[in-house]
Parts: sequence; structure tokens; C-alpha cells
Amino acid sequence: MGKKITIEPVTRVEGHGKVTIHLDNDNTVTESRLHIVEFRGFERFVQGRPYWEAPVLVQRLCGICPVSHHLAAAKAIDVIVGAGTGDGLTVTADKMRRLMHYGQIFQSHALHFFHLCSPDILFGVDGDPAVRNVVGVAMEHKELAVQGVLMRKYGQEIIAATAGKKIHGTGAIPGGINKNLSIEERDAFLNGIEGNPQLTADQMVDWSETVLEFFKDYHRKNKDFIDGFASFPSSHLSIVREDGALDLYHGVIRAVDAEGNRLIDDVDYQQYDTIISEGVKKWSYMKFPYLTELGPEKGWYRVGPLARLNVCDFIDTPSAQREFEEFRAYTKGKPNGMSMHYHWARLIEILHAAEKMRELLQDPDLQGEDLVVQGRRQPSGVGVIEAPRGTLFHHYDVDQDDQITMCNLIVSTTNNNEPMNAAVNGAAVSHIQGQPEITEGMMNAVEVAIRAYDPCLSCATHAVGKMPLEVSLVDRQGNTIAVKQSNMSV
Amino acid sequence: MSETVTLTIDGKDISGIKGETIVQAAKRAGIYIPTLCDFDGVTSPGTCRVCTVKVDGRAAAACKTRVAEGAVVECDTPELNELRKMLIEMLFVEGNHFCPACEKSGNCDLQALAYRFAMMAPRFDYEFPDREIEARPKKLMIDRNRCVLCQRCVQSILTENDEPLFTVSNRGNKAIIEIDVKKADGIDDELAQKAMDICPVGAIIRKRKGFSEPIGTRKYDKTVIGSDIQG
Repeated sequence: MGKKITIEPVTRVEGHGKVTIHLDNDNTVTESRLHIVEFRGFERFVQGRPYWEAPVLVQRLCGICPVSHHLAAAKAIDVIVGAGTGDGLTVTADKMRRLMHYGQIFQSHALHFFHLCSPDILFGVDGDPAVRNVVGVAMEHKELAVQGVLMRKYGQEIIAATAGKKIHGTGAIPGGINKNLSIEERDAFLNGIEGNPQLTADQMVDWSETVLEFFKDYHRKNKDFIDGFASFPSSHLSIVREDGALDLYHGVIRAVDAEGNRLIDDVDYQQYDTIISEGVKKWSYMKFPYLTELGPEKGWYRVGPLARLNVCDFIDTPSAQREFEEFRAYTKGKPNGMSMHYHWARLIEILHAAEKMRELLQDPDLQGEDLVVQGRRQPSGVGVIEAPRGTLFHHYDVDQDDQITMCNLIVSTTNNNEPMNAAVNGAAVSHIQGQPEITEGMMNAVEVAIRAYDPCLSCATHAVGKMPLEVSLVDRQGNTIAVKQSNMSV
Repeated sequence: MSETVTLTIDGKDISGIKGETIVQAAKRAGIYIPTLCDFDGVTSPGTCRVCTVKVDGRAAAACKTRVAEGAVVECDTPELNELRKMLIEMLFVEGNHFCPACEKSGNCDLQALAYRFAMMAPRFDYEFPDREIEARPKKLMIDRNRCVLCQRCVQSILTENDEPLFTVSNRGNKAIIEIDVKKADGIDDELAQKAMDICPVGAIIRKRKGFSEPIGTRKYDKTVIGSDIQG
């Protein structure tokens, strides 16, 4: 008699999802699925709204990385107001937005590593769930926990100074930005926010190096797990700067296959819809994007930190470049398909973000007064950005009365839909297949695979908290034959 | 010479000029009576009732009631403040006021009143009405989702020929603010800005200008509504 295992909700990710694993009579995994069970509808209810409202309205999708939606929408609207992309904006507007974005990357990556991922590393995948959570980290690894909290704070303060407030600001407006960075704000970030000597740009770089070393040390001691768990080859996609550098704010679309061959060769993202299609499946509200030329079966790809480091040629900050070289050498220059290496790549990016923030804060262009440009009004615009979780597409059409008539969003996690399903399947095969009894640790292993991708399942809800976890064994007729429940903390 | 009268507001003696309203006299005396539809320089339409006070024990709209010799006015009492809060909640639920994405947020009198009276969640059910947006004029847009029908715009926004730009169509709960689209296309930026500024909510907005004011510099970011009259 076949069985179906359900893990619902998946914890320590943003948003709500569930996993089903189908087993045959021999407890061999026949199918694994990550279901996204929330419906949002932003693409529909932004219709009719004035276009300048989009960056402020659509960012409400998310409370974790609203800046990414804010900036992706603003970049699309830049095109609509005739400011264009890239060099179209004033240097002050471009750099203020970049500072905002690197603050966002920094705080979001810190949140993910310290709050969501570190419990699995510090206490083990099958550690006691009563301790294996952010509170447990704070109790038993106080220094690390404080570092995580202060790194997040620094990123959030950068966002507040550039966007107006820490969550859901209004800084990016059509064609530019509505404020520059004052000398007082700049000095606080360089010398210590509120006089706290720990909250400086230099300290953020130092701490980023420390946490990266911490992970690399863990990797050395747990090679089999970090290299082998939920590992599979795939294509990778991200934007890169025109010279091939890692650029999280602006660039051209590039994709490579599992061997590193170019599938998409630096395409202007205004043409994204000529290279990417979206499929739907009846069991999930999340769409399945794929490269049109390769079709839905072969055209899926990974996005996010791992993909970005697989796609770019170099990083333009020295410490992150040094780490990047080590990362690429590990797979002999070939694309890295190891899901747990997302954490490694994410921490290299956190270091890059810290270096970028420090560099930008010392740039006098941030005190410039020329904030907005506008040109000839266009009927349509696309904005693409590398959000913490991956490539984020915003596309708007606007009518002659300035009302939005069409909106298409491909959010980062959506791009990673198929890879996450593959990772779930990999974890199910390695940890659940053939087992006579399901343990909490086995269930968590499946979640660990999903967590590596840092998904934002609803792009709105942050699911840290006391979450009930239920696993049911169901026969082919739908009869429940066994249920395990736990009120896990986190 | 103007004839003066003496009255009390919450036990404090103030003098008023015969013919003026209680709101006007109170303002000169440094006493804040919350208002929404009332606006300096126009005859208050008395549509919102947020200024409700008790005059000699009877409820009255302070923006429409003239000062009178010996009048005893109650304003800042728990009963009246609760009544005002309820009125503000009713204004919120009968429209579609989505502050998070509204460009008037921080400059909105209705939002500021809700903060002043510590409105949390409305006690009434939301009506979620279907409201049309008038987006045809080149410089202005009317988002009726946010309109509280105060009629400030109807009273005070006039074209060069002293013709009203805005008017009220329909009656009762079908009433809506209309704009003369043809005339609206002839107005200058100054009048367009005046129309937006006079709207106490985010119903009249200038096109292509949204969110240019950074958070922290908006009218009510750091001060409570009424604090300019009564600290």
C-alpha cells in the first residue's frame, strides 16, 4: 500500500507552504512536491492604480525584502517616465538606490543565516527542536546571536536612511529618489550609529568575514552533508553587470547550463518575456518559469546567491573577490549544483554587500542634489533586480490616463520553484526513502533542503514562531493510517 | 467696530466676535476643536461632524454654530472624543482608505485625526464600496475610494472665470465628486497643487508627482494634528 507524507507548514522560511512525499509499497519515493498554498493577487489589484503608486503599493507583497520590490517596480516605472535604465538616472539617485539595495541584501542575508539557518548548523538537522531555533541560538551562542541582530540592524538603518523607513519606505520614485544622504547620516554609518562603536561600516565587513569563516569551518568538518545533501545539476540565471561583474542592482540577463555554457548571453531585461515563459501546475499557486527555448522540462533554472556566483565572472570588491575565487575553484570553475552551497554563496554576498556599503558611504555623490530625471512617457516598462533570494522581474503597462493596465511579477522564489522541488525530492530520497518510521529529524531534513534556497513563499509572511508540524501517512484511497504532530518552536 | 461676546470652552473664558463660528473663536484663543471639512477661507459645509461639541448641553457642529454671549461649550470631554473617534471610524469604513500605498499618507488630515484619537481597528464592518477613479484630466486624478465628500474642493477651487472645477453629482450615499474634465485641462500647476492641498484626504492628487516628499518631512510625521493651535 502506497503512502503520502505531508509536511505542513514548512517552517523557518518566509510564508507558508507544505510538502507532500509519495511512497510506494517498498517505501521508495515516487514523487515529492512543494506546494505553495497562498494566493496573493497583487498583479490584479494593482490594475487601475496610478503608475507612480506601484513602487509603494507592490512592495507590500513582502515584509522581509520590500526594498527589492520597491526598487524593481521603480526601475520599471523609470522606463515608463522616460528616464530609461542604468545610466538614465542621476548619479546620486543611482547610488542612493544601490545603497538602499545593499542594505537590504545585507539585512536579509543576515536574517536568513542567523535566524533561520544557523539553528540547523549549530544543533544539527536532527537536534532537539526545542533548542534548534533562534532562541536556542541566543541562549547557547550569545555572541553569534548578538552579531546577527546588530548586522540586521545596520542594514535596516541603511534602508531607513535611504528609503525613509526600515520597512515599506518611499525613497525610490519614478525617475530617481526623493532624498539624498546627509553628512550626519553618513557619519553615523561610518563612525557608529547612535554612537555605538560596533555599528560601523568597518565592523560590518569584519563580522561578515567572521561568519563566512564560521561556515567554511563547518563545511570542512561536514563535507559529506554540505556537498552531498540535495545536490543536483541545473542551469543558473541572474543579471550581471555588462562587464560580467556581480551586480545585484542592475545589469543584463545571463544564464548558463550545468557545464557553464551560455544559454542566455547578456540580454537586455526589457526583453525578458522573449526568453522566459511561465508554466502552471494545478497543485500549486506558484508558477513554474522556464527558458522558452528549452521548454518546461529542460528550461528550468536556479536563481539566488548560488546562481549569481555561478553566472558572474568576478566580484568588484576585494575581499568578496578573494572568497569568490575560492568558491569557484572548489568546483574547478564549473557551475556549482550543491544546494547547501547556497549558504556559502550567500555569505560571500553578505561580505560583498558590506564592502559595497562602505564604499558607497564614502562617495560624495550621495550628497548630490540632482535627484530626479524624466523624459518621454512610454506605455510599458520592465524592472529587474537581484533580490536577496534571486532575480526579480516587474513588468507594467500603463494607459494614456496614467493608470496601470497590466502587471506581471516573477518573484525570486518563483524562479526557484522547480529547483526547490528537486531539492525536496533529493532530501526525501536520502532521508525518508526506505525508512520504516518517520522521525522529526527526517522531516526537518526536507525543510533544511528548502531553507537552503531561503524561499519567501508568500513574499509577505514571516513564519518564525511556534509552528505546528503535521505529517500524515495516507494510503492510496486517501485513508489516514498514521499521523505525527509536534508543536515545534520555530 | 466688531461686537464681541464672551463664552466658555471647557470652563475657560474666551471672547468671540459676533458672527464667527465657535471653531474660529476657539482657534484664536488657542483651543483646538478637531475639524475635517472646515477650512480657512471657505464657508464650512458642515459635512463631517468631526467638530461636534456641546453648546449649553446640546450637540452641535462647532464649524456651523455661531458664538453667543454666555454660551457654555464642552469640547475636550471623554464622551465627545469618543464620538469623534466613532465618526472618524465611520469615514474609514465607508470608503477604501488604504494608507500604506496612499501618497497623501503623512499629509492626510483623516489619517492624522485617526492617530490623534488613537483609532486602532474600526468598530464597524468595512463596506468595501465600488468606487470609480476619474483619471482623464491631464494634471489631476480623483480617487473616489478615498473621498469623504467634505466638499472643500467644491467650495474653494475655482477657475480663472470663478467657475467651480468640482461639483457633487447624485444624492445621498450615491453622491460623488465630479470634475469638469475640459476645464481641468486648462488649469495651471498652481491651481492643481491647491486642489490637492485642499483635499483633506488622498482623493484629489496631482498626476506624476507622487511620493516626492521624503518620509520625515511630511506635515504630520512629527507633529500631531491640532498642535499648531494647541500645543
